[in-house]
Amino acid sequence: MSIRRHLTRGLRVLLNRPAADRDIADEVRHYLEQATDEHMARGLSYDDARRAARLECGNATVVAEQVREYGWENALGTLVADLRQALRRLRANRGFTVVAVLTVALGVGASTTIFSAVNPILFELLPYPNARRVVAVWDRMADGNRLAVTFGTYRELIERSRSFEAIAVMRGWEPTISGGAEPERLIGQQVSAGYFHVLGVSPAVGQDFDPSDDRPGGPNVVIISDGLWQRRFGGDRRTVGQPITLGNAPYVLAGVMPRGFENVLEPAAEVWSLLQYDKSLPTQGREWGHHLRMIGLLRPGVAHIVAGRDLDDIAHHPLKEFPRVPWSRLGQGLTVTSLQDDVTREIKPALLAVIGAVVLLLGIACVNVTNLLLARGAQRQGEFAMRAALGAKRSRLIRQLLTESLLLAILGGVFGLFLAELGIRALVALSPAGLPRADAICLDVAVFAFAFGITTLIGLLVGLIPALQASQGNLQPGLEQSSRHTVGRHRKTRSTLVAIEVAFALVLLLGSGLLFRSLQHLLAVPLGFNPSHLLAIQVKVSGPRYASDSNTHQFYAETLEVLRGLPGVTAAAFSSQLPLGGDEGRYGVLFESNKQAPNPGVLDERRIEAHRYTVSPAYSETMGISLRHGRTLNSHDVADALPVAMISESLAHAAFPTEDAIGRRLRIGPSDSPWFTIVGVVADVKQSSLALSEPNGVYLIDKQLRFLVDRTRWIVLRSQSDLEGLAPAVKTAIWSLDKDQPIIRIEMMDALVAASVSERRFVLVLFEVFALVALALAAIGIYGVLSGSVTERMREIGVRSALGASRANILRLILRQGMTLTGCGIALGLAAAFIASQALVSLLFGISRLDPLTYLVVIALLVVVSTIACGVPAWRAARIDPSVTLKR
Amino acid sequence: MDDQNTDVIQGTLDMLILKTLSLEPMHGFGIARRVEQISRGVFKVNPGSLLTALQRLERAGSVDSEWRDTDNARRAKFYTLTRAGKKQLETETMQWNRRVGAIARLLKAEA
Repeated sequence: MSIRRHLTRGLRVLLNRPAADRDIADEVRHYLEQATDEHMARGLSYDDARRAARLECGNATVVAEQVREYGWENALGTLVADLRQALRRLRANRGFTVVAVLTVALGVGASTTIFSAVNPILFELLPYPNARRVVAVWDRMADGNRLAVTFGTYRELIERSRSFEAIAVMRGWEPTISGGAEPERLIGQQVSAGYFHVLGVSPAVGQDFDPSDDRPGGPNVVIISDGLWQRRFGGDRRTVGQPITLGNAPYVLAGVMPRGFENVLEPAAEVWSLLQYDKSLPTQGREWGHHLRMIGLLRPGVAHIVAGRDLDDIAHHPLKEFPRVPWSRLGQGLTVTSLQDDVTREIKPALLAVIGAVVLLLGIACVNVTNLLLARGAQRQGEFAMRAALGAKRSRLIRQLLTESLLLAILGGVFGLFLAELGIRALVALSPAGLPRADAICLDVAVFAFAFGITTLIGLLVGLIPALQASQGNLQPGLEQSSRHTVGRHRKTRSTLVAIEVAFALVLLLGSGLLFRSLQHLLAVPLGFNPSHLLAIQVKVSGPRYASDSNTHQFYAETLEVLRGLPGVTAAAFSSQLPLGGDEGRYGVLFESNKQAPNPGVLDERRIEAHRYTVSPAYSETMGISLRHGRTLNSHDVADALPVAMISESLAHAAFPTEDAIGRRLRIGPSDSPWFTIVGVVADVKQSSLALSEPNGVYLIDKQLRFLVDRTRWIVLRSQSDLEGLAPAVKTAIWSLDKDQPIIRIEMMDALVAASVSERRFVLVLFEVFALVALALAAIGIYGVLSGSVTERMREIGVRSALGASRANILRLILRQGMTLTGCGIALGLAAAFIASQALVSLLFGISRLDPLTYLVVIALLVVVSTIACGVPAWRAARIDPSVTLKR
Repeated sequence: MDDQNTDVIQGTLDMLILKTLSLEPMHGFGIARRVEQISRGVFKVNPGSLLTALQRLERAGSVDSEWRDTDNARRAKFYTLTRAGKKQLETETMQWNRRVGAIARLLKAEA
């Protein structure tokens, strides 16, 4: 009721101010008349009565003014007036406005861009209804690192754990879809039946998995993404329930996920089928392999830490009903983390560093605009003094100034949003493949709200100091416009701010310097192979024909033959895994004890973990992996010859620290597999990333390793001709052997090496951009303060030169002032960098966070840039003609 | 008499206006005079504060206003108490009485 009245009355006043004013004036006049009447009734003359009434009631205009001031519409009126004046001010001073608006725009644009990327990853809940309750569960290794769980552990936890409403396990799956259009390799997951239940999302069309189908030999059912459904099936509802062919096996299409469904565990996944593992848990089966990811939905009200304790308790108290195998004893307990933390774990340090960088940049932008406003405030001292003298209250002046700074900020914010739009596009284009939820990066409501909030904050922050300074102090000197005191005070604040700006810029420059040097170090790391002119093709055979090991061997052998015949190809070989190819095939390797020992054949205590490369002869030659010792694998190492192996230098050293490895024997896989005699030692190779040191590798001939025949292999080709042009010929050649066999990936090794550092490059690019902008802003800041100071000291400098100071003296005077600022800033920045660089440690490689060379270069750069920024005003000061300035 | 004039106690002006209007609809000057008369000249009402208070009460829905002719054939803005205003007067009177009672007891105890 009253709010409505407030609104309607206020609006009525706004719409017709004159009428409202007349109304009030009438009422006040009537009041006076009544008072006059009353006095006349007591016998006074009209004039006397009138005077008495006036005396009693006060000035009618003042009374009317007082009444008029009531109501919210008046605050609005003041705001409009303030805005109008602020606009006039900004328009009158275009240079200032452009610089300030652009600076704010840079700050808002950069921070909004970064926020848009970081928000869905770090702050927003995952797009699941019970996102807070979804957790990831990991087994733990002896060194505390996370380890994938086994199906056995999953079965035990399902029965024993009380913290979960549901648990699911899953593994990657890359089936090829055929039938209809040309065969296509898909990314998918094999999941336990409760997977979608844990995430809290069910298919939009069709059915979720039926738990009773999740058993060995159960029906082949598949759920697909909406994207795949539209692409391959035209979104036709009749296709649900129909058979489809995946990896040459018949499946039934059971359901289609909703269009917006985000599968954060494997964003590219488009198909899901059931794991169908054996619940009787045969000891030798895949049921006890550490290769599953586990997620769980906590019961409502169960905290993560409680669930963690529950699982640890189960881990440490095995029961007879749930036998465990020696390699899955859960001796180290289990780890429970929120799914959110789990999927953002890798990228988090990089994102936090980028957030830090953008906050610094924003800080610099704010400081810069504050300084501009301060400088202008100093020029407007006279105006404020005049307004105060005419009766403006201090709060009124502050409000006026804040309106101005807010208006500036909003203008900057609008431009900033445009910049952010561009920035977001660039960011998505630049983003490394490992960035989770990259699809969720866009200008959404949250991002708009952030931009608006940050803009308002900037407006208030940058306006506050200047407003407080401008509105305080003595009117008299202000009116005279020559207060040395006031000017001095302004200069001190501005100098402090510039020093802070330099400090921030130093921290940013150091950050990007350290990241740059890390990347340099990383790219200089010896790969162990020669990536140039090397093409890698991943091929997977499937279908009944390749259930036979010999057919598989034959297919790959023929493929090599065909490829060797292609023009330009100088060497070809294959391997079960490719360095930097994203594969992880690690095995425990047992080494036979000393030959001369009394009982040869007894195993060494140690089982050393190493990457297994099952290769064709001449693999190391093709890759350019240099031989250190002995011989390489060659075409004489056939299936029924003596089983042989090559090992990497580091593995040789680890297994035989003091002796020669050649001639010793090793065993890999089950206990009935043969001994392999070591015939060669080769250089270490970077397998999963350039930064990681995991140099142990074992190379075996494919036909000699009987217990495991790889259906998926990488073929590597060394070629003198153009690799891009070679790719189509390779495809045709492989398909000429068997047109149904999919080529999973074709990569140029050079590109793989570059991609392996893409995350660091991403962070580095952002840091470099921010640091350059920061450097420019800091230079502008130094220039602004110095040139303002030169203007203020015009007269003093004139006197100095009149008294005999040479131009060089004056130049030195101003330069010294500027360099003192820079020096203070650098000192401050070094202290800050000492602390802040800790946040970068996990992103650095091969250098300390206090790397002296980087620090020296960055400091030198700052000194040079600030000298240039000081140089212009100093030059101007040195050219001051005393005969001109002293006359003013 | 002038020496004993005091401004209306802070926060009580609204209550006094409402009380005055509860007798009959009145214009601004009438309210001021009535308050002064009934208080036997103890309270002096400032027209600026009074008219602002009336604006406030009107927006809050406690009073309504209307231009009408007075007895001496002038047009004046008359204020009427609304039902919400009556309720407000009741609560404010009750609170006031409680406060006055408490202060009186305190002062008595001091003495």
